[in-house]
Amino acid sequence: MDVQVKPYGDATVVEASGDVDGSTAPVLQEQVLAVAQPGCRLLLDMTNVSYMSSAGLRVMLLLHRQISGGKGKVVIVGLNEDLQSTMSATGFLKFFTIADTLEAGKALLDQA
Amino acid sequence: MDRIDTYSTHEYQGYRLRAGHMLPFGATLVPGGVNFSIYSTHATSCTLVLFKKGDPQPMVEIPFLDEFSIGDVYAMTVFDLDYENIEYGYRMDGPFDPVAGHRFDKTKILMDPYAKVIGGRDVWGVAPDWNNIYQHRARPVMDDFDWEDDTPLEKPIEDLIIYEAHVRSLTRHPSSAVREAGTFAGIISKIPYLKSLGVNCLELLPIYEFDEFENSRVHPQTGEMLYNYWGYSTVGFFAPKAGFAATGKHGMQVDEFKNLVKQLHENNIEIILDVVFNHTAEGNEMGPYISFRGLDNQTYYMLTPEGYYFNFSGTGNTLNCNNPIVRNMVLDCLRYWASEYHIDGFRFDLAAILGRAPNGAPLSNPPLLEGLAYDPILAKCKLIAEAWDAGGLYQVGSFPAYGRWAEWNGKFRDAVRKFVKGGDGLIGEIAQRVQGSPDLYALRGPTASINFITAHDGFTLMDLVSYNEKHNWDNGENNNDGANDNESWNCGWEGPTDDPGINALRHRQIKNFLAIMMTSQGIPMLLMGDEIGRTQNGNNNTYCHDNELNWMNWDLVNENADLLRFASNVIAFRAAHPILRSRNFYTHSDYLGKGLPDMSFHGTQPWQPDWSNSNSHTLAFMLCGDYAKGGTQRDDHIYVAMNMYWDSVWFTLPQLPNDMKWHVAANTGASAPEDSWALGEEPVLSDQGNILLGDRSVIILVGR
Repeated sequence: MDVQVKPYGDATVVEASGDVDGSTAPVLQEQVLAVAQPGCRLLLDMTNVSYMSSAGLRVMLLLHRQISGGKGKVVIVGLNEDLQSTMSATGFLKFFTIADTLEAGKALLDQA
Repeated sequence: MDRIDTYSTHEYQGYRLRAGHMLPFGATLVPGGVNFSIYSTHATSCTLVLFKKGDPQPMVEIPFLDEFSIGDVYAMTVFDLDYENIEYGYRMDGPFDPVAGHRFDKTKILMDPYAKVIGGRDVWGVAPDWNNIYQHRARPVMDDFDWEDDTPLEKPIEDLIIYEAHVRSLTRHPSSAVREAGTFAGIISKIPYLKSLGVNCLELLPIYEFDEFENSRVHPQTGEMLYNYWGYSTVGFFAPKAGFAATGKHGMQVDEFKNLVKQLHENNIEIILDVVFNHTAEGNEMGPYISFRGLDNQTYYMLTPEGYYFNFSGTGNTLNCNNPIVRNMVLDCLRYWASEYHIDGFRFDLAAILGRAPNGAPLSNPPLLEGLAYDPILAKCKLIAEAWDAGGLYQVGSFPAYGRWAEWNGKFRDAVRKFVKGGDGLIGEIAQRVQGSPDLYALRGPTASINFITAHDGFTLMDLVSYNEKHNWDNGENNNDGANDNESWNCGWEGPTDDPGINALRHRQIKNFLAIMMTSQGIPMLLMGDEIGRTQNGNNNTYCHDNELNWMNWDLVNENADLLRFASNVIAFRAAHPILRSRNFYTHSDYLGKGLPDMSFHGTQPWQPDWSNSNSHTLAFMLCGDYAKGGTQRDDHIYVAMNMYWDSVWFTLPQLPNDMKWHVAANTGASAPEDSWALGEEPVLSDQGNILLGDRSVIILVGR
């Protein structure tokens, strides 16, 4: 798995590629939590992630917990159908705002 | 600051180890590794067997060193394991001496009884590789679900309206239109339906890991695959069934099931689990080694003096529940489900077994039942016994209760069935049943009585009024299985018919059952689909069918809309009237000087129940609303008249105080939609003095 962090307008994109599982989740966690600072506006781009284990889902939830309470905003972008149904069935999905594309995600960040 | 126990002290074939923590038992994620703890009283040595997830052969087998055990417990921490990608088991060495109760066999790989995730049957119905040396594969799990502010709901038990359902059956039928069909996640899609029906407690048939392929076979005539579908045969007591989870293929059944519990709670619905502690999936001496048999046979099973398995469960073996070690495991298990899964209550299958001593004798003061009743974590959990077993112990009314245990009231079921089909000499018993069975539970109160007409075992409600005899040929046992004593009546034709008169009578009888159950003191339990006339084609023992015999057909919501509407109305009526949900028995006296006794019985003439006539088929009762919740709440007065005679009968009504008037909440003798009324819309009865009850009809009046 590979993680790239780059700006997208006034937001930050964290782009993961590959499988997020028990061995790679710590890498994603380190990179994501590093940019999840107060006032952050994050787009977590999962377009190139085909599989995420429960460890990967927990990274997302940690991210949510770190920025919830108005400390920051995140939109998850490009979840494939299988990941969405897994996250829905396990209850993780309802913690998050999701979008299909970076552009749509940015628009959601800009709302309110 | 780093913990010192994150450093290894030993190494074995490249794996870093150290002596583990004995507690908690099972596999626990610790910093840097996984802690494995397992116990056996009679084993002489133990080896940890680790697999890469799904691999047929182990990746390493690590013997527990002498310095890794205390007492009978073996514990070791193994570092650097990718916990999501391993499975673990044990080999136990010890004597093979069946007469002494020992069946150790170190060639077998044994599942941890404390396993919290079990692989091997990850997707329902996918046939396993029977050559695999490790069939039910323990995995570690992260117990860190985000419950937010959820807790068990802790509703007073008398306020429950229970709905008994099978996870897969509820949404597997194509008509359910649920994407995650037949799963925990699928149930979430049906929460709005449960809410509109009005039930507030979902009781699920077994969800502990079981093997649907246990004793699976092909029906010789129909060619249909027959499964262990209901799941009353536990493989692992601490693990939810992977095949019931849409995410079981990813090993996320723990999160998925917890999410279901959380969603139910958010919608004010409790969840009760049907738990099977009376036996395990290992069967008798011919059965497989899954876990207990190889870990410590003599401890876990009730054995005859010759070393064979006692069979009080009717399934081959009997768990040795009152052995102190097994008792502690059961307690650990229930505490785990109550605390980590927020489960609201448990219904214990064949619970009479839980009161037997290791030699099978019934105990007067069974330590397991007492321990559960007084446990601090389980303190608010509902504990419900199926108070009989297959060994002939029948304890309805006498189950050791410790002020906590409720029972499936089999006598309510039998008496109401006989009464509604027109039986003689039942008025006296029906009077007991509608009060919550004080004849059975004098010292325990109506909250001891789970009132039901039907349950998974036996006919559905529609079949109860459509069949005189069971029709179990599809089970492949020559119709020999299932109960013969059903107290059913087909209303004039065996099975489906186009006769409008018979069909109308069947619907009326169903409404009679619902009306009586929902106005009786005690806790009503409705079987999945009875509110829409679900049929099993006369099969009263559908334990083996993964097909439309069990699946809820949601098209019936429209086809039998009159039944659903009636059920919803009488359930809403019960929920709205606390006088129907008393914690204590009514006294039949006016001890607060309200002008009416708390409860009173009537016949066709007010205040004159016809106790003396054994041919009587009519009874009425009245509840004084001023006595709701022990006189602390004001409710309406309620009058219920039951005419199970085959002709219509006039009832003279008791007079209401002041200028109150009787309103009609339900009248099963009327055609829909005039058979029941929504809350607040009950029409005033035009004749406040007398009412004509149609043949085989129940009327519910509300006085306000």
